This record gives sequence, C-alpha cells and structure tokens, in this order.
Amino acid sequence: MTGNVVSLGGLQVASRDTLSKAMESEGCSSSACGSSDGPADMAPEIWAKVKDHPCYSEEAHHYFARMHVAVAPACNIQCNYCNRKYDCANESRPGVVSERLSPEAAARKVIAVANEVPQLSVLGIAGPGDSAYDWRKTKATFQKVVQQLPDIKLCISTNGLAMPDHVDELLDMNIDHVTLTINMIDPEIGTQIYPWIFYDHRRITGLEASQILHERQMQSLDMLVERGILVKVNSVMIPGINDAHLLEVNKEVKKRGAFLHNIMPLISAPEHGTVFGLNGQRGPTAAELKTLQDACSGGANLMKHCRQCRADAVGLLGEDRGQEFTMDQVPEEVTYDPSKRDAYKEWVAGEREERRAAAEEAKAETVATVAEDADALLVAVATKGGGRINQHFGHATEFQIFEVDAEGVRFVTHRRCDNYCVGGYGEEDKLELVIKTLEGIDTILCAKIGDCPREDLAAAGIEAIQDYAYDYIETAVSAVYRARMGLPAASAEIA
Amino acid sequence: MSYKIVQENCTVCGACEFECPNAAISFTNDTYVIDPDLCTECEGSFDTPQCAAVCPVPETCVPA
Repeated sequence: MTGNVVSLGGLQVASRDTLSKAMESEGCSSSACGSSDGPADMAPEIWAKVKDHPCYSEEAHHYFARMHVAVAPACNIQCNYCNRKYDCANESRPGVVSERLSPEAAARKVIAVANEVPQLSVLGIAGPGDSAYDWRKTKATFQKVVQQLPDIKLCISTNGLAMPDHVDELLDMNIDHVTLTINMIDPEIGTQIYPWIFYDHRRITGLEASQILHERQMQSLDMLVERGILVKVNSVMIPGINDAHLLEVNKEVKKRGAFLHNIMPLISAPEHGTVFGLNGQRGPTAAELKTLQDACSGGANLMKHCRQCRADAVGLLGEDRGQEFTMDQVPEEVTYDPSKRDAYKEWVAGEREERRAAAEEAKAETVATVAEDADALLVAVATKGGGRINQHFGHATEFQIFEVDAEGVRFVTHRRCDNYCVGGYGEEDKLELVIKTLEGIDTILCAKIGDCPREDLAAAGIEAIQDYAYDYIETAVSAVYRARMGLPAASAEIA
Repeated sequence: MSYKIVQENCTVCGACEFECPNAAISFTNDTYVIDPDLCTECEGSFDTPQCAAVCPVPETCVPA
C-alpha cells in the first residue's frame, strides 16, 4: 500500500498522531490536507481497522457495506429527540427500526445477508435502545455471529452511561470500533436534552442526571482510547441548545483521543412524537451544519459521509436493502457460504489500486495544467458505489458532492433527494426538488440523463454530463475542472 | 402487592425484565407480563419499583 490510498476522496479519518500534526501545522485540517491522511501517516494497525469500514473511512464507503441488527431495545436514558413508541416503515431515522430480533434470529439474518451482499464488512448494534446497557443481548448476538463469520468487523453505538462496565469484554470480543453519542460536555446544556437517566437503580432527573451522564461519557471515552479501541463521537446538532457548544465538544473529544467526530443534524417533526418534535424545536439547515463542521475542522476529524441510517439498515451507505432481509425472508437454517464475499474482497483490492492510480494521474494532469489559484468547483455525482459514475440521474436518491481545485478532488458531503424518476418517467415537481438540492453545484455527472431534465438543469445553471459514464469519479471530476478552467479536457475514454 | 404492565403502552423494550430483582417479569405471547406472585414492588430491594423507574413510557408500569 502506498501513502495515497486514503487521500483519494478526501478521507476524513486519521490517526491521533496525524491529527496532532494537522493541529500543529496552524489549523490545517485533514480535509484540507488530504495527503496527510494516508496509511503512511497512520499506524498500520489503525489503517487495518479502518480500511474496510464504511463509517470510519470515506474511501471504504464506496466499496463496503454495513448492517445493523436491532437486538438491544432497552435503554437507560431518555433523550428529547427520541420517542420509544414510534416506529414506521416509511421512516428513515437513527434509532428507528421496524424489526426487533432475538440474538438467534439476528445471527441467522447476518449470515443470510453475508451470503447475498458480498460487500458486507461490518455488523453494528445501534438501537433502538442502548447496546451497552442491553449488554447481554448485544454480546450473545456477536458471539453467535463470529462463530460463522470470524472476519466481520463488530461495532456498537452507545450513550456511554453503561459502557465503562463492559469495556474489557469488548477487547475479549475483538470489538474495535465504538460510537459514543456525546451531545454536551456542560451538564447545564444537558438538562435541555436529557430529561432523565436510569443509573444505579434510580431514575435521576435534572442537573444530576446530566452530570452523571457527562462523567460516564468522558470515562468511557478515556477507557476506550486507552485500550486502543477506535472511538467515533456522534453529536446531534440542536440549534439554540448545543449548536455553538459543539465546538467545545469537538475540542474536548479530540483532546481525549476520539478518532472521528460526526456532527449530525437534529431530525425533528411533530409526527415523530418526540419532545423536540412537539415543542417545535427545529433541526439545523444544511448551511448551518456546514458552517459548524467547517468551524470544527481544526479539531477532531469530521465525518462528512454519514447517512444517519436506520438501526436495521443493510447495504452500502446511501442504500438500504433492509426490506429484502426481513425475518420472514430469512430461512430457518442458513449456512455461511464465503465464496461471494471472498471473490468481492479480491476484486476490491485490485479496483482500489486502479482507482488510486487513476486519481493520481488525474491529479498530476490538473496540477500541471491549471493555475494554482484557480477557483474551486462543486461537482455532484450520481453513483451506486465503487467510486465510479454509474447511476442514472433519475434513479439517484442522493448525490455525492466533490470539491475540486488545483490541489485535487475531495469528497465534501452527500445531498439527499427523493427518487426523481418513478416507474420510468420523471415527474416535474420532483425535478424541482432535485434542482433545489443541487444549489451551488456547477456540474452533475451521471451515467445517463434524459433531454428534459438536462434542459431544466441547464436553465438552473447546472450542466449535466453523461460522457463520463462508468469512469472513476476523480478522473471525471478532474477532466471537467480542467475543461472549465479553459484547458483541454482529458478524453472521456480514459477510465 | 404487585405492579402490572399496561400492554397498550408497552414498547416491548425489555428493560424492566432485567432490572426486576425478583425475576417476576417474563416475555409471554409477544409482550412482557409481571407475575403478581413474584412481584414485591421492590420492597426490601430498592427505593422504588425498578420496572417503573426504567420504563421509557409514562403510566406503563403501574400498581395492579
């Protein structure tokens, strides 16, 4: 592996050493200095942990899939953005899940998915409920799965209150990724988010509840980092409550050694029946979220490719095949057949090398032909994964946004939109939504697009290009950039 | 002297089951039920009934 693997898409992860280096070099964030994120800068054991994990590595999320099983529904805290009664098949929110499984059923489901989804690399237990509090079920599930799938990565997501009690068991079970949801480091702010916790056999409310939660969260973070477990910190951005405060949270978790910080927008609507939904607490706008993320870029590395997926999601980030694997579709007896996953892994290894080489080539060409101070462009890409432009415009439910300048191509974020094309024909009002979603974007690259939407996009100032169908994203985005900057574009035939 | 679970409110999370010091709560017919013969309302064990203290839905674990 050379030193450039993770810099490809502007990978938003790095080792603690890399982070410290980035901090010392006068606020140069990892997202701005993509090349410092390579495995050359990262301890090999850390690179080994993240390289196939779609949530911890932006590059890996093009190739590898995760699945969540909802086996631990009991929770030990109440959050104002969660309503435990709520469940709806049309919803797509963290902690919301349709199917609750016993550890035995969950293990069967994981094997069934592994047989059909070769990209599967990660099994997570994320909710509803708290995986560390409902620990017996979490542990039983993992134990059953690893008997058949020893190479799958295991991770959990927890509020941290019960985590310190089980940290050493994590090590025994080879769980090397833990997500802690930390929304505050100031208990006063916590009182506006957490009405109560259940701790030491008591329901505790008010400031005391947030104080205990805060102390246990910091203890969890320290204990996990001490043991070399990678910690991703999730924070829900709640305007007017913790939005400005998350800068402090970012500094603190970074100082304590969090590997990645994922700031997510509050999802809140009256029909969710949550305290925030009912009291009119709004979520942040995309611009507010980006401003906060940018302000945090000198702290812990930020995750920008999070899809806030459902707690029973299956598939690549940005897709959810959960409905194909409900328990009524999983056979009573399943035996793991490693052939598909093994073949896929082999293919990905080669594909990643090729993509990296193509990206390096494109970058070199851009550097050689574009002025250093040329303006940056934002380019949207319709992709089904694999780092290629391989999706029909009308089939895209989200677009990946890349920023390109003379320095190269970086993944910025994804923007979701509803499926524009339903049943083979486009609907005008949906296209309007998509155009709104693409605000500020110069060019959209897709595998195919009809004449009508292309003209509508052009009228909105966005050029849609299908000439780079099935090319690598970096190759195509670089070529578009060079064309825009008045220099000869690379031929579309170059893959 | 016993608590009961109001079925229509219950989210079937099971937190009450493992907090109960008397193993009085079991998962039966897709729902959790309290065995009144085993329930002590946590007297002698804890200050408050554990099922009611941990339950996420108000008015769900209540005196029978």
